[in-house]
Amino acid sequence: MDLIATGLSVDLAARRVLTDVGLTLSPGRVTAILGPNGAGKSTLLKALAGLVTPAAGSVTLAGAPVAGLPPRDRARRIGYLPQDAAVHWNVAAREIVALGRVPHRAPFAAPSPADHAAIEAALAATETIALVDRPVAQLSGGERARVLLARVLAGQPDWLLADEPLASLDPAHQVDILDRLRGVAVAGRGVVLVLHDLAQAARVADDVLLLRDGAVVAAGPAADVLTPSTVARVFDVRVATLPGGRMMVPIGRIVG
Amino acid sequence: MSRPLRLLILALLVIAGFALSLVAGKQWLPWGSDAGTAILLELRLPRALLGLLLGAMLGLGGAVLQGFLRNPLADPAVVGVSSSAALGAVAAILYAGASSLGLFAAAMAGALGAMALLVALTWRNADPVAFILAGTVLSSLAGALTAFLISIAPNPYAVASVLDWLMGALTDRGLADLVRAAPFLIIGTILLALTGPALDALTLGEGAARSLGIRLGRVQALVVLGTGLGVGAGVAATGVIGFVGLVVPHLLRPLFGHRPSALLLPSALGGAALVLFADSLCRLAPGAGEVRLGVAMALIGAPFFLALLLKHRGRAWI
Repeated sequence: MDLIATGLSVDLAARRVLTDVGLTLSPGRVTAILGPNGAGKSTLLKALAGLVTPAAGSVTLAGAPVAGLPPRDRARRIGYLPQDAAVHWNVAAREIVALGRVPHRAPFAAPSPADHAAIEAALAATETIALVDRPVAQLSGGERARVLLARVLAGQPDWLLADEPLASLDPAHQVDILDRLRGVAVAGRGVVLVLHDLAQAARVADDVLLLRDGAVVAAGPAADVLTPSTVARVFDVRVATLPGGRMMVPIGRIVG
Repeated sequence: MSRPLRLLILALLVIAGFALSLVAGKQWLPWGSDAGTAILLELRLPRALLGLLLGAMLGLGGAVLQGFLRNPLADPAVVGVSSSAALGAVAAILYAGASSLGLFAAAMAGALGAMALLVALTWRNADPVAFILAGTVLSSLAGALTAFLISIAPNPYAVASVLDWLMGALTDRGLADLVRAAPFLIIGTILLALTGPALDALTLGEGAARSLGIRLGRVQALVVLGTGLGVGAGVAATGVIGFVGLVVPHLLRPLFGHRPSALLLPSALGGAALVLFADSLCRLAPGAGEVRLGVAMALIGAPFFLALLLKHRGRAWI
């Protein structure tokens, strides 16, 4: 069930965004992809999700190229939470969560008992049962993030790929969502997150991949990768390490 | 009120509109007489059936395009097919003195040409803005060409009939018109209806929809082909009738919810009911002639839509 990228290069609008990226991801672990803006983090996540076509190299899931999977099969195995949490119509929270079952349902078929069970389980896991009848316009940012997470969980994918799931959340909701994602990995699924916050990454991730200019700078267990010197090299910032050694905060820019 | 009950009410409205369309006219249907039977079978029934199919296609098409483009202001006209079909028809009237069959064929050719251009312009690009821009460009180009053709027309009488035709009407449409348009209207409606599940997934944006296994290229093909065939045949048979696709989904969204696929069947029923009632009213309006349906629809639709906008002003979703 490993998700493996080999020699992965991606071009967007004739510009090389990722160059020769290789990584091996195993289920049951949380992997954080970190790097400065424009490093290619979101593109890497999309490539892992099979949503962009590589210019070279490949992504394989349990040995099979993701690009060659029929879209519905791929969708059942890899869940993807995009960066913009757009919901274009004022639908009820339950209807959003139910969309997670799209790859499992025949078009126009009524939801099966398995669909209902998966939706209920996702609502329970995200504590959104009380929100199901609320239209999305009446949800707070934190509630909406939980409902969208429930949408991905309802698809029961082996892999959960989330692009900046903490964006625009206050600290309490950041911790809340990260703990839930952690729980997904503990339950045996693979979790890959694009994150911005070094401290949150250090808190949640088992493994960290540092990207810069489309190439992997460092990868491995979080404790090995998130060192002040490596972070300084990738982000051009000086960092202070909090007591305990894992958490770090940027305190100044390195110029020149 | 539950959804099935609301659907039932809409269906009853369609039946009432259909019945009214059969009996209403400058002359109310003389029951029982031979003349009455002839009027019913040869004039009123084809016209009512054409109105039913056209209204259902326009209402459904509006709901599909609003869902596909995630834009509550979209309607089948944004694709540019109606203007292009009208261009074909106008060219046929002015320069070929076309029969109704020739006019139909020319309008369909215009619609198919617009579809081909639209596919070329939006190929491998699922961005709704690109789609709307391409449709708008096609629409203005076709409009400009239509105006150009009219301005250099050799025959002033033909110009009058072009203007009359452009206004859009079900007046005097008979069995032949119905037989020609119905297959395209039905196929277009079915193709558009097939987009339902994909439209729901698109609520979360393109990236999320693709990650849910939706093939956006296929959805776009269904939308373009469905609108092309349906709206093309609609314009070819009746001229340009606007507002149905814009207004009907808006009217029904508060009653049936915002989920795009849940709005498709109600919009088809609502569109059919609206066209049937409006066409009946056109015939009942005072005066010697009939008010053109396209004109009536804009006269009813625009103020109505304005009122709707004012009522919902300040809300995120109208």
